[in-house]
Amino acid sequence: MPSPRYWRAIPSRLRLEAVRCRSCENVVYPSRRICPHCHGTEWDPAELSRTGEVVTSTIVHIAPDDFAMEAPYVLALIETPEGARLMLQVTDCDPEDIGPGTAVNLEFRRIRAEGNSGILCYGFKAVPAG
Amino acid sequence: MREVAIVGVGMTPFGELWNDSLRGMFAQAASAAMADAGADHLDGLYVGNMAGGQFVGQEHLGPLMASQIGMAGIPATRVESACASGGAALRMAFIEVASGMSDLVMAAGVEKMNDGADVTEILATAADQELECYHGATFPALYALIARAHMATYGTTEEEMSWVSVKNHRHGAKNPKAQFPREVTLEQVMASSKVAEPLRLLHCSPVSDGAAAMLLCPLDQAGRYTDRPVKILGTGLATASLSLADRKSPAILDAVKDSAVRAYKMAGVGPTDIQVAEVHDCFAIAEICCIEALGLVEQGKGGAAARDGMTALGGKVPVNTSGGLKSKGHPVGATGIAQAIEIVEQLRGESGDRQVKDAEIGLAQNMGGSGASSVVHILGRV
Repeated sequence: MPSPRYWRAIPSRLRLEAVRCRSCENVVYPSRRICPHCHGTEWDPAELSRTGEVVTSTIVHIAPDDFAMEAPYVLALIETPEGARLMLQVTDCDPEDIGPGTAVNLEFRRIRAEGNSGILCYGFKAVPAG
Repeated sequence: MREVAIVGVGMTPFGELWNDSLRGMFAQAASAAMADAGADHLDGLYVGNMAGGQFVGQEHLGPLMASQIGMAGIPATRVESACASGGAALRMAFIEVASGMSDLVMAAGVEKMNDGADVTEILATAADQELECYHGATFPALYALIARAHMATYGTTEEEMSWVSVKNHRHGAKNPKAQFPREVTLEQVMASSKVAEPLRLLHCSPVSDGAAAMLLCPLDQAGRYTDRPVKILGTGLATASLSLADRKSPAILDAVKDSAVRAYKMAGVGPTDIQVAEVHDCFAIAEICCIEALGLVEQGKGGAAARDGMTALGGKVPVNTSGGLKSKGHPVGATGIAQAIEIVEQLRGESGDRQVKDAEIGLAQNMGGSGASSVVHILGRV
């Protein structure tokens, strides 16, 4: 896997940079050319809060090879206060405690070591708040 | 637009077919379809296939498969819509015949999943690589997220999901081409190992090899090939965002609903006219969401339908009489064609122990990804 693939994703994946559509004001994450809500093409930068709430979640027992050592782990759809949704792992928790409405903080973490060459992949994981 | 009929069908058994190659399985299914129609030529070929390049390192399947059945030279191309590739190939063939471009076109599907490749990783390429797989999503995990959302919204239970598996295995036990032609009990389903909670092993369709093919021609030429043509009354294809995060509700499969609305409109029928349906039960929760989106049951009542026998053989609207993806098997690119074949055989009255009495109108729904593609075909007895 070539490393430029990761450089491109640094703003969204490592800094949680999103964009706000100038015509409909929806926050879109990650950024894209055309607004999925109103087809607008003018954007302002927006940064996502480091907090959110679980929309739906699962506990993954059979994992892809790169995640095998982490199973079982919680994977969840998280909504931030800006209305953006992200799929993230929820960590540092009892998996059974996670469900719709669980309040979380988003923390910068190592996601995995990819493939045989072990490229370190970083990003955000969710951790239950409080 | 011309009226279009299906005049010949053929398929391999589904399963772990270690002695059969990608091309060999295609040739077997295609030959059976040609023989069924008594046809000796083709004007075109669409091959539905999700990931030949990843599963066995083979792309460019149009010309490869045409030459395998002695048809080198004809227009032939591969169609890819993840697990909906077969249904999408059928739609392409329908459009080509309906438009008047060609008179005799084959729609086929084939997938060789058991050849040593990492199936979980390959299937995950139908999800959003950057937003979902990067964080450890698998296909069972995505449908588990859908299941949990459905449970939270509608009160669907793990037991109701398990009844879907029990029902489909009861049906599949009567299908000699099924990969797992045997019944399972509710207790076995609910005690099977956890894959991605709430989904257990017996809520998940298997990894399969197989191929399926059908021949389409204008309805007014069907008599040359068969005395039991089945008419394609309507077709609908719809898409949704690949990523679950971009959908309004993860509990609702909008693409399934949109594809159904389009197919119903074209066919001039509604959900209450459907007497038998094959729907995309890649996971038990998928059947529940799909029959709701197709309007076969009320929104939120899909789980109860399996438990109460409404969707079983003998019920109000039998769903997945073939055994579905769960029991029959799910060679991803072949599934959409195999579903349509089950409906064709039901309408011809050839389904033996699985026959739905006097079935005249049936529906096949094929889905790709976590519901980002959905293809619906409505078929009618002539």
